[in-house]
Amino acid sequence: MTIRISFDGDEVLGREGQTIAGVLLASGRRSWRTADGEERGVFCGIGVCQDCVVTVNGVGSVRACQRTACDGDAIEREVR
Amino acid sequence: MRVIVIGAGAIGAASALALAEAGAEVVVVDRAGVAGETSSRCEGNILVSDKGPGAEAELAIVANRAWRALAERLDADRGPGQPATEFEAKGGVVVAFPGGEAALGAFAASQRGIGITANEVDASALRALEPHLSPEVVRGIHYPDDAQVQPSLATQAMLARAVRLGATVRVTEATGARVRAGRAIGVETPEGPIEGDAVVNCAGPWAGEVAARFGARLDIRPRRGLILVTVPMPQRVFHKVYDADYVGAVGSADAALQTSTVVESTPAGTVLIGSSRERVGFSESNTLPALAEIAAKAARLFPFLADTMLLRSYHGFRPYAPDHLPAIGADGEVAGLFHAAGHEGAGIGLAPTTGDLVAHAVLGVPAPIDPAPFLPTRAALREEAA
Repeated sequence: MTIRISFDGDEVLGREGQTIAGVLLASGRRSWRTADGEERGVFCGIGVCQDCVVTVNGVGSVRACQRTACDGDAIEREVR
Repeated sequence: MRVIVIGAGAIGAASALALAEAGAEVVVVDRAGVAGETSSRCEGNILVSDKGPGAEAELAIVANRAWRALAERLDADRGPGQPATEFEAKGGVVVAFPGGEAALGAFAASQRGIGITANEVDASALRALEPHLSPEVVRGIHYPDDAQVQPSLATQAMLARAVRLGATVRVTEATGARVRAGRAIGVETPEGPIEGDAVVNCAGPWAGEVAARFGARLDIRPRRGLILVTVPMPQRVFHKVYDADYVGAVGSADAALQTSTVVESTPAGTVLIGSSRERVGFSESNTLPALAEIAAKAARLFPFLADTMLLRSYHGFRPYAPDHLPAIGADGEVAGLFHAAGHEGAGIGLAPTTGDLVAHAVLGVPAPIDPAPFLPTRAALREEAA
């Protein structure tokens, strides 16, 4: 089943069961966080490195590689 | 002149760099590699804010200026693939909770007397500097000269430059002393002796042990410090922010656990939360009481931290001198042996000027500051280690 989430206001389509990182990667995005001007995204992919964190529905520091994407999720980039 | 430097931490690296720049042939020996211990287990502080009038403050003021020039030079002179030192002149904000304002104000006034910039900030100015600070905090002092480096990268950068000037780094342990006619000429290692004309002991918390191998006495002891690391987040902490009780903990001689809040963010987005000091030898166990106390105090200073996830914690052993001054200069008894150790939590900040003082002691080049207060021959360092 198709789900719709938003990333910084843009609609992104994914499949039920995908992680947020999975949806973002499948949409062609390689990075979704900025730290000290550098682009960050999935590094370890297993919940350890914390490099892929995003804000989900207003809650910060959520690991995109661990959180299952849900229809209607609003994802925002975190900038340091 | 060939000089053997024991220790590839910030102090060994700065000493190697200063010696190499003054024309010496330098061999750095470290059993753990570059910044393998204390210098990679700290916060990279370059502080003037925690120094009250005295010799260490004078050293810190000169070293603070030296870091600005050095970091620029190291960053400009990088080899391919070498990261920057992450020197950040972020400034420090020291705050007082109700009841602590008078002591903080008096301390800052004494610092202004020796030329440290320490600006009073009232409640509204504090909010502008640090919007997420607890509303409980009513007074602060802004120290624009406080700065920070990423300590491992800065240590690597100093050594990389020394190596380009001809220095060599050997990852092996100085297991014994080479002494000829009462003069230190090198070290024994599992891979054979390494000899030269002088030896500089930059072994940090192990400096006392290294001194003993040469038949010298130097009372430097380990003092453990713990730091918590949060997950990366958008920047909410903009300076090095600490509670005024930090100064008391730094200056204390107490062996028991002491904590005081130090909070700052890093370029990677994590927030570092310190700090603790306890004299437990080189023990790595029973860290939880200190971590719990640090976390609770930090959440009082920055309430948002109460809901923040922690990524990890780490600890390091600071080289502690009983009189809270680093030992820099020639050993009193063993010719050819020099020490540069005992900077406790200030070693990164004091490194460049310490290196210059080492070059002065070993090679006779001009000293950047009066070396007398730091000489290892002072009585406080020659007691039997307790």
